[in-house]
Amino acid sequence: MNAIILTAIWGVVMMFSGVFFKNKSIPKYLAIIGLLIAVIANTAEFSIAKPIVHINIHDMLRFEKYNLLFIDVAFLCTMVYFLLSGTEIEKVGPHAGEYFALIFFVLCGVSIVATFNTLLMFFIGIEIMSIPLYILTGSEKRNLKSNEAALKYFLMGAFSTGIMLMGIAFVYGGNPNGSFFIDKIQLGSGQMPVMIALGLLFMLVSLSFKVSAAPFHFWTPDVYDGAPTVFTSFMSTIVKAAGFFAFIRLFEHSFGTMHDQWQKLIVIITVSTLLIGNVTAVFQQSVKRMLAYSSIAQAGFMLLALFALNDKAKEGILLYTAAYSLATIGLFGILTKMEDFTIDGFNGLAKQQPLLAFVATVCLLSLTGVPLTAGFQSKFFMLMAAVDNGHQFWLVIVAVLFAAISAYYYFRVIQAMYFKESSQPSVTVIHSISSQFKIMLIVIAILISIIGIYPEIVIGWMYR
Amino acid sequence: MGNYFTFPDLLIWLPLLAGFFCFFAKEEKSARLTAIVFSLLILGVSIATLFFTNDTKYLNYNNVNYIWLKYLGANYYIGLDSTGRMLTLLTATVFPLILIATSKTTIKNAASYFGLIMLTQAGLMGVFMALDALTFYFFWELALIPVYFLCSKWGGESRIQATFKFFVYTFAGSLLMLIGIIYVYLHTGTKGFEDGVIVNHSFSLVSFYNANLSATEQNWLFVLFFIAFAIKMPIFPFHTWQPDAYDQSPTSVTMILSGVMVKMGLFGLLRWLMPVFPSGVIHYKNIVIILSIIGVVYASCIAMMQDNIKKLIAYSSIAHIGLMCAAIFAMNQIAVQGALIQMFNHGINIVGMWIVVEIIERQTGVKKISQLSGLASTAPVLTIFLVIIAFANIALPLTNAFTGEFLMFSGLYNNNKWFAAIAGLGIILSAVYTLNMIQKVFFGSTNAVTAEVKDISLNEKIVLMIIVGIIFFIGVYPQPLIELTKDAVNNLLVRVK
Repeated sequence: MNAIILTAIWGVVMMFSGVFFKNKSIPKYLAIIGLLIAVIANTAEFSIAKPIVHINIHDMLRFEKYNLLFIDVAFLCTMVYFLLSGTEIEKVGPHAGEYFALIFFVLCGVSIVATFNTLLMFFIGIEIMSIPLYILTGSEKRNLKSNEAALKYFLMGAFSTGIMLMGIAFVYGGNPNGSFFIDKIQLGSGQMPVMIALGLLFMLVSLSFKVSAAPFHFWTPDVYDGAPTVFTSFMSTIVKAAGFFAFIRLFEHSFGTMHDQWQKLIVIITVSTLLIGNVTAVFQQSVKRMLAYSSIAQAGFMLLALFALNDKAKEGILLYTAAYSLATIGLFGILTKMEDFTIDGFNGLAKQQPLLAFVATVCLLSLTGVPLTAGFQSKFFMLMAAVDNGHQFWLVIVAVLFAAISAYYYFRVIQAMYFKESSQPSVTVIHSISSQFKIMLIVIAILISIIGIYPEIVIGWMYR
Repeated sequence: MGNYFTFPDLLIWLPLLAGFFCFFAKEEKSARLTAIVFSLLILGVSIATLFFTNDTKYLNYNNVNYIWLKYLGANYYIGLDSTGRMLTLLTATVFPLILIATSKTTIKNAASYFGLIMLTQAGLMGVFMALDALTFYFFWELALIPVYFLCSKWGGESRIQATFKFFVYTFAGSLLMLIGIIYVYLHTGTKGFEDGVIVNHSFSLVSFYNANLSATEQNWLFVLFFIAFAIKMPIFPFHTWQPDAYDQSPTSVTMILSGVMVKMGLFGLLRWLMPVFPSGVIHYKNIVIILSIIGVVYASCIAMMQDNIKKLIAYSSIAHIGLMCAAIFAMNQIAVQGALIQMFNHGINIVGMWIVVEIIERQTGVKKISQLSGLASTAPVLTIFLVIIAFANIALPLTNAFTGEFLMFSGLYNNNKWFAAIAGLGIILSAVYTLNMIQKVFFGSTNAVTAEVKDISLNEKIVLMIIVGIIFFIGVYPQPLIELTKDAVNNLLVRVK
């Protein structure tokens, strides 16, 4: 509860911050402070069980430890994002406060999506999370690509929202219990009624769209490429992970008992997502687009959690959120400093900017899933969940083979940075690199390796 | 001492520490010196471990066991047993030899170069000592990453492709093994902790040995694990990464790869694959032996046709490893014993071969056999050493490899005469290509390329002398090695049968 209230209030505060403070960098610090307060309040809620205010929410939201833990992970990743790329956010346009406000509203949506207990709250959460993103995508007003991306995102998003609403209507109508509460939708393990099946299918489609799972991924590369790089970084990590969290929460509680009836659908979606994400990423020349496709590929791995739907999967999704977000935020942070987004633009970076190259390597190794990095642990938990599930064992083998393919495109960047010479003698990095940025990069590298060595720092809370 | 520092601790932390120091070294000289001093220190520790083999008395000296991921049941558990002791000794012996022998080669960015080499050593040591599946997997990959960077940064012209092929092969293999590990893990029994926490499964080696797996499960798990190990060894048909990688890597890395790293695969067979999946082993035994023997003959034939010395040695290594793998799967006392000894011997011999090649390549800049001739008249000392090492490579009596190969062949013969007969072809062929190479490169008249070659310097002499010393010592008196590994062989065979 604390997280939802605080982020909503702080979003409003951020909106007005631009009016009252003339100094341009004030909003950034305000945002960091606000987020810090939200994290502390949220941590307090699950460790000492103390919400700030008691509101009777009629069980529309559920604040269990696992959900609050997810909010914490998402917020902490956002914190890292603010600290690393806050300065870049200021540069996007004249009204920095507004961007931060929008991000806070997204975070409010994330908190709702993580804790919903009825389909209504689920829908509201998804919408609160999505609408500010449409604006953020189009925030570079004079850039045609950004406008196109925003329009595309909005139209497709609105369309998928419509489908989702229809799905909710079907599930509500077809259910003898007549309830919006996700636990009461549960019908036992019998044959699925047609109405419910239709509803499930619609929701599956629209949520697949939200998490950019194939074959509903077509908006992703264009939107991620067109949006300002700083916002792509946020969209493709925390928001996407929250989408997954909602996906799993909804399907586990509402349709968990019928898991074996829709599991095959998930298998199809997983395999096609892995296939399309990985194979297309191989052919990309621009690092930004490559990361867009890699986000699809990683989504394929996260779908394994939905496929498995057990305790390990739940832990895995927490780890995946942290691991994937940190690595991608780090990479996008470095990308914002680059002049040339192509892979050749990274040639010889190791010589000119050893620290940037090193951290980028750590992030890329993490995304590949090499041991000692967070990425390995998250993949490891996902695989463990999928093997534990006991069905469709071949899916796991397909997944690791695609993970091996993913090494190809991640390592191309490493090869460019370390083993190739830059074609131009001048520096490839144009934007100034502050010492704060460098410190944050080191922090990211350290976080990635700490989670990689000792993942219980994240998931250990589940057992305490 | 046992409670503060244990041998496994020292063997892991010394190379890590050395790697760390090397990374921050200012000059090439200091980095090189740090690496050499530390590697000698590690050799000392490793020799010391040979005197603390009594497990009842020195248990605390030989084992390190910390709780790592409590709720998964994974411990950081490393310890020395006889196989591990032998292979850590090999690792510890080979590294200083390599570092001293190549100390004339100038290296750009020496700090990171030596740092990465020492990290590789830490990874290798960990692989040979791990007694917990997750620890094993971590070290298994940890040994790979630094090698990737070493080869891609300091290798030959087409290094990036060659190394990447190597990386993707092994990475894919190890991911398959990871699935296998997870599957076995989910079929292990519960594990309790002192504070009352009980977890459902455990990654420890013992619980893997006792895992509840049906025969069909063992069969396909065997395949998952075997692919990972077969790629690392490499066994035909998973060997295609190897000749390119050996050719393109800087020579000292090639030495590490062929001397120690391929042993990771063989070691994996002995420590993990065979004891965990005994019925899978029996099911696939003949297929594996046939693949290995095909590899022996095939690699030997290609080696005969090679004009590139480095590739010739690479293929000869495939042939030798194939024979060891076949012997291990023959599964009798003699053959496995032979394979274990040969693992050590092969490591020493092949490093000797590479050192000679490195000397030739550094002085002439040529690695084509057809362009070299008459080195014996310009570098007589080098020639003597090479001839001895080459004889060891073809397993002539009095050399170390003879003991190993003799045991392996008699074991294979007991298993199946035809296997032994066909694998025997490999020995004959190896004599053909090795002697052919010596004849062409070292004898005959000198040409423009070889006329200016100087004979070897003191440090190279010392290193080669040590190698030749080991070759003869084990060749005449192999008993210590046999004693060291005897109980390991017994334990293994009891478990498998």
